[in-house]
Amino acid sequence: MPATDTTAPADTQARQRWMSVLAKAPADRLAALWSDLGDSPDWSYLRRPETGMIMLRGRAGGSGQRFNLGEMTMTRCSVRLPDGRVGHGYVAGRRQDHATTAALVDALMQDEAARPALEAAIIEPLTLEADAKRAIAARKAAATKVDFFTMVRGE
Amino acid sequence: MTGTLLAGLADPTLDSQRLFRAALEALSRPGRIVTLPDTLPDGPPAPLMPATAALALALFDYETPVWLDEVANTPAVCDWLRFHCGCPLVTDKAAADFAIIAGALPDLSDFPVGSDAFPDRSATLLVQVAGLEAGGDLRLSGPGIDGDISITIKGLPDTLPTLWEANQSLFPCGLDLLLTAGSMLLGLPRTTRIDRRKE
Repeated sequence: MPATDTTAPADTQARQRWMSVLAKAPADRLAALWSDLGDSPDWSYLRRPETGMIMLRGRAGGSGQRFNLGEMTMTRCSVRLPDGRVGHGYVAGRRQDHATTAALVDALMQDEAARPALEAAIIEPLTLEADAKRAIAARKAAATKVDFFTMVRGE
Repeated sequence: MTGTLLAGLADPTLDSQRLFRAALEALSRPGRIVTLPDTLPDGPPAPLMPATAALALALFDYETPVWLDEVANTPAVCDWLRFHCGCPLVTDKAAADFAIIAGALPDLSDFPVGSDAFPDRSATLLVQVAGLEAGGDLRLSGPGIDGDISITIKGLPDTLPTLWEANQSLFPCGLDLLLTAGSMLLGLPRTTRIDRRKE
């Protein structure tokens, strides 16, 4: 399932990509990467972390009719930096610190100058780890795959 | 998004409960001026007053269409309300559940007043006035008031008693007003009678 909307402008797509990575990252791993980064900037809450439910929607086969897959717990948060930049964090689960960190990273990454460093320190490792996890899951699933064939019937 | 977005309530759960309690107090004891707690760390977006903005955060949500008069209808206010309340902003007075009036009092007859079966489906207007003071030439009486009470409302037209009589004649339908000045709040429910004290 693509995490980005391919019809959106390029900068929106870039932001969708890193927000998606942050949303799905394990909370503890993100916290570790964030504390490795060192000094936290000055910031304030625009909307304190709050936990709620969202309806997940899917498309049959990835491109078919929309359907409601089910609800999931998520936590959202918005922060503001002193220069007025606003970051939003929407993350899976009920960890408030996860949402706050995700919002902070989102706010900081909107600065073109700071982006490469953050990309290398946080987004890239998380992406690689998520890809590796997905590859293992795919391999395990592939090992149980059964091919059905249709017998040729003599008419 | 224009300019810097201002923060909402410092403590969304408890602050909105405190504000709701204050609004309840104001509407159940008309004529009594209630001072709202200071709940906005960044202050209100101009031209809203602290009381108006705080009440907006406590009362509005995605189910309450809100109408803004031309003074309140600034990009800063719209962005702020959309972000914090998620409320739909409407241009049709008849579709509004709440209205924020920061300028002159508009024609009140277009707002929904409810029906005899559902008098609660009426609009509640948040009206910003220049000042509220206890004592003065307006005499309020009715449910929630022991006898009568005197009040001064600065910034509303002198025809207020007549305007209000028209609203009262609709009972049980009618509009409810929440008058704000700075961080002060005065409730004017549809049951309250207003007349001018004779010298």
